[in-house]
Amino acid sequence: MSAVFAVIGRELRLATRTGGDALTLVLFFVMVGAVVPFAIGPDRTLLAKLAPGLIWIAAFLSMLLGLDRLFRADEDDGSLLLFRHAAIPLEAVVAAKVLAHWLLSAVPLIVATPLLAVLLALDMPSWGRTVLALLIGTPALTAFGAIGAAVTVSLKRGGLLAPVLILPLCIPVLIFGVALVAAPDGSNAALLFLAALSLVSVAFCPFAAALALRVGSE
Amino acid sequence: MNPDEPPARPLLTVEELALSRGERRLFDAVGFSLEPGHLLLLRGPNGAGKSSLLLTLAGLLRPEAGRIVWPGDEPTPLHLLAHLPGVKTRLTLAENLDFWRSVNGQTGLLAEDALETVGLGGLGALDAGYLSAGQTKRLALARLLVTERLIWLLDEPTASLDAAGDMLVERLVAERLRTGGAVIAATHDDIGGATGTLTLGGAR
Repeated sequence: MSAVFAVIGRELRLATRTGGDALTLVLFFVMVGAVVPFAIGPDRTLLAKLAPGLIWIAAFLSMLLGLDRLFRADEDDGSLLLFRHAAIPLEAVVAAKVLAHWLLSAVPLIVATPLLAVLLALDMPSWGRTVLALLIGTPALTAFGAIGAAVTVSLKRGGLLAPVLILPLCIPVLIFGVALVAAPDGSNAALLFLAALSLVSVAFCPFAAALALRVGSE
Repeated sequence: MNPDEPPARPLLTVEELALSRGERRLFDAVGFSLEPGHLLLLRGPNGAGKSSLLLTLAGLLRPEAGRIVWPGDEPTPLHLLAHLPGVKTRLTLAENLDFWRSVNGQTGLLAEDALETVGLGGLGALDAGYLSAGQTKRLALARLLVTERLIWLLDEPTASLDAAGDMLVERLVAERLRTGGAVIAATHDDIGGATGTLTLGGAR
C-alpha cells in the first residue's frame, strides 16, 4: 500500500515541480467560460440557462487536453518499463496514477467553477448542483481518458487520437452530468446514473489501461 | 550454447527460446541456465536480439517458442537496467531512489549509501536533470542497489561510462555474484568474472 502512496506522491510532486500543466488546464477552462458571453451576447437568463452545459463542455475539453501527459512522460524516460516489473502490479500503478491525475486535472477545475458561475450568471443552487455533478462525473472522464491514453501511448503522435477514441465513451457522462444540474428537486435518477458510470469505469479502468500498456509495447 | 553444465539449483533456466520482432526472427533455440554466482555475457552484432532477450526474461516480451523456468511458481523478481534510465529529471537524485525503494521494497541500501557507492555521494539534493549521461547511468545503477533482487539483467551497463565507471560496474557485478546473485549482461565491452558467453546473431 505504501508503494501506491509513493506513486501518488511522486505524481503530485512532479506536477508541482513542472507547475505549468495544471494551471494551463484551469486557464483554458476559465477562458472558455469567459469567451461565451461575448459569443452569445450578454443575455443573463439565456447564459444562466446554458451555463451548466457550458461548464461541462469546458471541463470535458480541459480534461481531454491534459490526457496525454498521463503516461507519455513515463514512457519516454523508461519509467513505464520499470513499473512493468516492479514489486506492485501494473494495475496498482495505473490506479495510483489515475487517482493522482484526477486530483491534478479535475479538482483544480472544480475549484475554479465559482469564477465561471459569475461569468455565466449562474445562481447559487445551480452552481452547487454543478459542483456536485462534476465531483461525481469527472472520475469517469479520467478513467475513460486513462484507457485512451494507455492505448495511444506507444504511438509517437497519439496526442490527438486519445480524445477522439474516448469521446463516445464520455457522451453518457455529459448527458447525465447536465441532467443532474437541470433535474427538478427531489429527482436523483441522473445522480445515480452518473455515480454508477463513475464507479464502474473507475473499477475497470486500471485493468483495461494496464492491459493496453502491456500489449502496446510488444 | 554455453554454459549448460548440470545445474545445482539454477535461478533461471531458459529452454529452446525463440523470439521475433515484427516479421523478423531474431533467434531460436536459445537455451542456458543461470546459477548463483554466474555472470553470463550476451554478445552479438547490433540488432541480434540481445536487448529483446533481456526484455523477454524480464517478462516484458512474449517469446515465440520455448520457455523460461523459475525455481518457484512465480518468476523471480529481477532488476532490469534498460537503455532508458527511468530517471525523473525534475526530481532530485535522492527522491528518484527513494521512490523506487518504496515501490520495490526497502530491502537494499539507503538512497544516500547507494549514491555514495556509485560515486554520486553528496549529490542527493541535486535535480537529476543536471546530471550528465554518465552520471545518469550511475544513478540508474544505484536503483539496483536500493532494492535487493537476486537477478540483474544489464543492457549495455558500461555505455556512456568512463573508465572508473567501467570499474564500478565490474565491482557491483562482482558483489552481486559474491552474495548469491546472478547477472546477465548484454555488452560489447568486457566485464571481468564472466562465467559464460552467449553469442546471438547466428540464427538468421
